[in-house]
Amino acid sequence: MLKIKNLHARIDEVEILKGINLEIKAGEVHAIMGPNGSGKSTLSSVIAGREDYEITEGSIEFSGEDIMELSPEERAHMGLFLSFQYPVEIPGVSVTNFLKTAINESRKGRGLEPMPAKDMLKKMREKMAMLEMDKSFMSRAINEGFSGGEKKRNEIFQMAMLEPKLAILDETDSGLDIDALRVVASGVNKLRNENNAILVITHYQRLLDHIIPDKVHVLQGGKIVRSGDKNLALELESKGYDWLKHEPAI
Amino acid sequence: MDQFKDKLLSSFIVFENQLNGQKNKPFHQLRRSAIDTFETKGFPTVRDEEWKYTNLKPLFKKDYNVFHSSEESLEFRDIRRYFLSESDTYKIVFINGFFASWLSSTTHQNYDVCTFSSALEKYQDIIDEYAGTIARNEDSLTALNTSFAREGAFIHIPDGKVVDRPIEIIFFTTDGDNNTFIQPRNLVVVGQNSQCNIVERHQSLGNQHTVSNCVTEVLAKKGAQVTYHKIQNDAPNASLIDSTTVKQEKDSTVTLHTFSFGGKLTRNNLEFDLVEPGAQANLYGISILNDYQLVDNHTVVNHISPHCESNELYKGIFDDHARGVFNGKVHVFPHAQKTNAFQENNNLLLTDTASIDTKPQLEIYADDVKCSHGCTIGQLDEDALFYLRQRGIPHKEAQALLMFAFTTDALRGLKIGELKNKLNRLIARKLSVNIDFDL
Ligand SMILES: Nc1ncnc2c1ncn2[C@@H]1O[C@H](COP(=O)(O)OP(=O)(O)OP(=O)(O)O)[C@@H](O)[C@H]1O
Ligand SMILES: [Mg+2]
Repeated sequence: MLKIKNLHARIDEVEILKGINLEIKAGEVHAIMGPNGSGKSTLSSVIAGREDYEITEGSIEFSGEDIMELSPEERAHMGLFLSFQYPVEIPGVSVTNFLKTAINESRKGRGLEPMPAKDMLKKMREKMAMLEMDKSFMSRAINEGFSGGEKKRNEIFQMAMLEPKLAILDETDSGLDIDALRVVASGVNKLRNENNAILVITHYQRLLDHIIPDKVHVLQGGKIVRSGDKNLALELESKGYDWLKHEPAI
Repeated sequence: MDQFKDKLLSSFIVFENQLNGQKNKPFHQLRRSAIDTFETKGFPTVRDEEWKYTNLKPLFKKDYNVFHSSEESLEFRDIRRYFLSESDTYKIVFINGFFASWLSSTTHQNYDVCTFSSALEKYQDIIDEYAGTIARNEDSLTALNTSFAREGAFIHIPDGKVVDRPIEIIFFTTDGDNNTFIQPRNLVVVGQNSQCNIVERHQSLGNQHTVSNCVTEVLAKKGAQVTYHKIQNDAPNASLIDSTTVKQEKDSTVTLHTFSFGGKLTRNNLEFDLVEPGAQANLYGISILNDYQLVDNHTVVNHISPHCESNELYKGIFDDHARGVFNGKVHVFPHAQKTNAFQENNNLLLTDTASIDTKPQLEIYADDVKCSHGCTIGQLDEDALFYLRQRGIPHKEAQALLMFAFTTDALRGLKIGELKNKLNRLIARKLSVNIDFDL
């Protein structure tokens, strides 16, 4: 589904990603952990097509296609979704109208007719119920005045509406209270199937208790310095990142 | 400029001779003194502080026809798109300055929705009481309009009436062989506790240059509620100088929306006199311009009486080489205590070649007042743009959505459904997208 080879990326002359290799297959859940500033959000922005980064080396393939030249919206139309670490507030655009536009533009991008308004509304109601969100969010401006946790929940609501093939969840757990974490994680699990994949970026094991990863990677200094199974996350939780420095990288 | 000025002065004599009996009415004295004012002052130039950023010289260097022949071949279906509705509005329609009765839908039943020329004949008492008492007669372009004032919209709502549908006023100009200069004159008198909604448009249908020098006087009597919408989306060869003066009595509310999306040069002189306590003036403006378009919004709110409120919010988006001017004056007179005046002007510049000159002017001569003002100039938020695109909304549509979002504060409170639909379409077309803004 996603194949990243030797990816180097820089911004403002500073190299942030220094040779990332990552392959995610359909049906898999991968987790990326790593210290602050190691390049996790940069990696997700680059995969999603943010144009501020300059890619100096390497390649990104998604669904068997080289997506390096594609715009963010084209990647989204292919089924790529990024749940932002810091969702953006957009006053003046309601959640409902935003989603309606996003879904119909995505459908248009795939050569489909717009979704009938009735179906859209029904789907919104269902997904809101799944994520235990209040209906009043539908008429509010996107993320405007939302609490930290509400923003994250709203990201997953959008994911549920858009049904992506690959969802990158950048610290979706931060800001969520314990109950919200459970609701959001179970929402994510309900969206999983053998045809899609999830890349979870997190600092904490607690999310991985709910969304169990097939693989865990440690990103440090712009490189993946270690990969392993879910036990690696547990090990990190108890030992921190420092112990990796003393171990030879793989 | 001088040539066209001379032409206007000599045209006045011709015009006067066409007036017949009207020449002996009191209103004509106004015209006479107005032409003197215009003769003395002439067209404003950039040396004039109020016209510093907008140069009329290129406009009035050209020659224009001042007298027109009536045009009767326009059919409603060909110009349907300029109207809000086929049957659910009153309509006062003009072509090249002449009333087009077959396109209009006037009334005299509970109130008068008709033409200025018929009011000059039939409602002389109302004309004598109000016409020329609200406008700024010392302003040279207003004076020019007054000196030729004969045709335009006349709306007179007696006390205690709610006008049952919106009133559309449209001034068309059609292709002739020459450039066209027209000077509509509107009078709106809304009685005590009465209500009405007005939508005004100027539309050039031809390829020649058109200049409209339009003057509108609005009186809102005690408790009246008036909403006035100006849709300015004219052709690239059309320019408009609009001078609208509003006088508000006790507890009246007047909301004036100016939507500027098109035209070559648009100058809006908008002036409010709040003369009795409890009057509330709302001034909302949205300009979305590209190419070499220019919109110059000059507003003045005169807080003459205590306990009045004014809210002013102007939003501008400028692309390509478009230019904007915002000059907002709030004048709080001595004794106008407990004044509440809010003013804000926000702008987005989409290119390095677009520009805005913005100048708030507060003149406050009372001490117990609440006044605030602010202006901003910025660009589209890149993070928001990326967020929208990540969700599958293409670049152009994402930009359009953000631009629309930027204007929404100034769109709140629109009540006419057809108008909202029309504005949605106009804004979408202006931004070259096909999306629903959920207005
Ligand atoms: N415009 C820029 N110029 C220079 N450095 C930048 C720029 N933008 C980001 N960086 C740096 O890139 C590094 C990686 O940032 P990134 O947001 O990817 O980290 P992260 O792993 O997501 O961290 P966190 O866990 O705190 O979210 C940081 O050190 C950051 O300061
Ligand atoms: Mg991050």
